[in-house]
Amino acid sequence: MSCALGPDSLLYSSVLFRHIYNGVGKVFPDQICWLDYFISGFIIMFILVNAVLLGAAIFVWAERRILGRFHNRLGPNRWGPFGLLQPIADLVKLLTKEDLIPREADKLAFTLVPIVMVMPLILMLAVVPFARNTFLADLNIGVLYIIAVTSVSTLGVFMAGWSSGNRYALFGAMRGVAMLISYEVPTVLALVGVVLAAGSMKMTDVVNAQTVPFILVQPLAIFIFLLGISAELNRTPFDLVEAESELIAGYHIEYSGTKFALIQAAEFGGVLAASAVMATLFLGGWSGPFLSGQLGALWFLLKVAFFAFLFIWIRATFPRLRVDQIMVFAWKFLFPLSLINLFAVAIEVYFLRNDTGPILSRGDLGVMIGVNLPLTVAAISLFGNAIKEKVRPPVRTAEVVTSGARLAPGALGSQRHVLERSEKEAG
Amino acid sequence: MYGKGLYKGLVVTMKNLFRKPFTYQYPEERVPQHPRFRGEEFVWYEERCTGCASCAKYCPLGIIRIVTDPSGSAPQEGDKYKLEVFDIDIGRCMFCGLCVEACPYDALFMGSGFERGRYERKDLVITIDELRQAEKRPSTWFRPQLERGKYNPHEGKPLSWREAGREHWRWHEGEKAGARFRSTLTPTSGHPSPGGRGVGGEGDSGPGQEESR
Repeated sequence: MSCALGPDSLLYSSVLFRHIYNGVGKVFPDQICWLDYFISGFIIMFILVNAVLLGAAIFVWAERRILGRFHNRLGPNRWGPFGLLQPIADLVKLLTKEDLIPREADKLAFTLVPIVMVMPLILMLAVVPFARNTFLADLNIGVLYIIAVTSVSTLGVFMAGWSSGNRYALFGAMRGVAMLISYEVPTVLALVGVVLAAGSMKMTDVVNAQTVPFILVQPLAIFIFLLGISAELNRTPFDLVEAESELIAGYHIEYSGTKFALIQAAEFGGVLAASAVMATLFLGGWSGPFLSGQLGALWFLLKVAFFAFLFIWIRATFPRLRVDQIMVFAWKFLFPLSLINLFAVAIEVYFLRNDTGPILSRGDLGVMIGVNLPLTVAAISLFGNAIKEKVRPPVRTAEVVTSGARLAPGALGSQRHVLERSEKEAG
Repeated sequence: MYGKGLYKGLVVTMKNLFRKPFTYQYPEERVPQHPRFRGEEFVWYEERCTGCASCAKYCPLGIIRIVTDPSGSAPQEGDKYKLEVFDIDIGRCMFCGLCVEACPYDALFMGSGFERGRYERKDLVITIDELRQAEKRPSTWFRPQLERGKYNPHEGKPLSWREAGREHWRWHEGEKAGARFRSTLTPTSGHPSPGGRGVGGEGDSGPGQEESR
C-alpha cells in the first residue's frame, strides 16, 4: 500500500504538494509515510528557496536596469544579453570574497544574522498562493502568520547592529528598530481592514473574496501598507537603517562575502515577497481575465512585477527622510489614517455583510468603493495639512539672529575680560 | 493640497524613465569630440619646425626638451636647425596649449587622443620618432586657418605640412596691408602674426649646439 494524501489532510488542498507527495510515494512504496512527507517537504522547500533566490537575482537586475533608466543611464549591460548575468557575476564575486568576522563581534549572533534575515521572506512566501490551489500551506491564519513572520526581520537588523561591534552598525540598528516597530502598527492595522472585508485570514479566501480588487475598495489601506512595508524593507524614503551618506552601510557594515550576499538577497527578496503579499491581498492574486486555473500564476507574476516596479519608482524619486520626520509620519499620519480605515471598513462591513455566501457581494464592494475613495482623499489631505507644521516646523531665523546679537557683545566682553586677567596674571 | 510635491516628483521621474539614456558605450562608441579638442597626441611637422624652441620656452612646466644641431647648410639662405631631440613629457603636461600658441611657424598642433595610459612613467614621454611617425590630424585649437577651412581632425584626411600652415589657407592675407585695422577679419587677427615660414626662417644663426629645457 502506498501512502496517499486523504481529503481530510491539511495539505490536501495544495495541488503542488499533492502531486509531489504522490510522486514520491510511487518511488518509495513502503509503509513509512512520514519519510515521504519529509522528502516531499524537502523538495518543495528546495524549489521555493531557489525560486526566491532566483527571483531576488532577477529583481536585482531589473532594479538596477530600471533605476538606471530613471537616471538616464543604461544600467548593467555588459555581461550576458541586456546584462542579465550581472547578478550571477556579483554573486560569484561575493562568494569568493573573504568572509570576515571582526574581533569585537559576538560571533554567534553575527553568524546567525544572515539566516534570520533570509528566513522571514522565505517563510512569508509559504502561505502566498501562486495560482489556484498552488501554494505550500494555506494556513487559516495566513495574514496573521505573515505579520508575525515579517517582524522577525527587525530582530535580524538589531542582531546585526549589536553583534558587529561597530558604532555605525549600532546607530543604524537603533534607528532601524525604532522605525520598524513604529511602522509595524499602521501596517498591521491596514491589513486588519482587508481581513474584515474578506471575512477570513486565509490567503485563498482573501483572494476569492476579491470580486473587486481591494486596492479599489480600500485605497487607504494599500496606501498605508505600501508605505509601512517599504519602511520595514528599508527601502529608500525610509532607509534610515543603512543610510549611505550618514552611516556608510548601517547595520550590515561589517558583513562581507557569503553573509553579505545573503543579507542582500534578503533585502531584494523581501521586496519581492512584499510585492507578492500585496498582489495577493490587494490586487486579487491569481484571479484575472482570460487566464484561469494554474495559468493564473501569470497574472500573479504580473501583479508582483507591478508592485516591484512601484517600489523601484518610489526609490528613484524620493530622498531619505530625517529620523524625527519618519517617526512623526508613522505616528501622527499613518497611524490615525489606519484607524480611520479600520473603523470605516468595520462599519461598512457591519451594515453590508451577508449571512449566506460570500460576506460581501460585488454590489456591496461597489458601495464600499463609493464611500472609501472620497474618504481616502479627504483623510489624506486633512491629516496631511494637520501634520504639515509638525513635519516641517516654521523656520525662525529672525529670532535666532536677534538672540545671537544680544548674546554676542556679552560673550565677547567676557572673553576680553578673561584675556586681560590672564595678561595681568602673567606679568 | 498636501502631498502634491510627492506626486510631482513621481511624474518627473516617470518622464525621465522614457528619455533616451545619455550613456556612450565607451570602447565601442565615443563621445563626439570638438575639432578644437586639446588632446595629447601632439602633431608636429618636422618640415615646418625650425628648432627655435619657442614651445620649450613657453611651456609653464618645462616638459619639452629640444636639442638642435646646425644643419650644415647656410642659415642665411633660409635653412634651419637639425632637430636631434624633441621630447614631450606627457605625464606632467596639463594641456594648456601654450606651446602651440607660441609656435611661430605652425609646426606644433594639439592632437585628439586621450588614451595614453601606460604602466611606466618613462613610456609617457613622446619622443621625436613618435612625433615623426604619428598620423597628422591636427586639432584646430588656436589654428584659425584650419577652422576657416572647416577642417575636422576626426573626419578629414591627415594634413601634410604644406596644408597646415596659415600661408596655405591665406588666413593672413590682409595682414600686410594693415587690413586688421579695418575689422574685416576674425578677432584672432589681433595677435601680431608673423608671416609664413619663409619670413621667419631667416633667423639668426645659433651657436653650435643648443639645448633648451
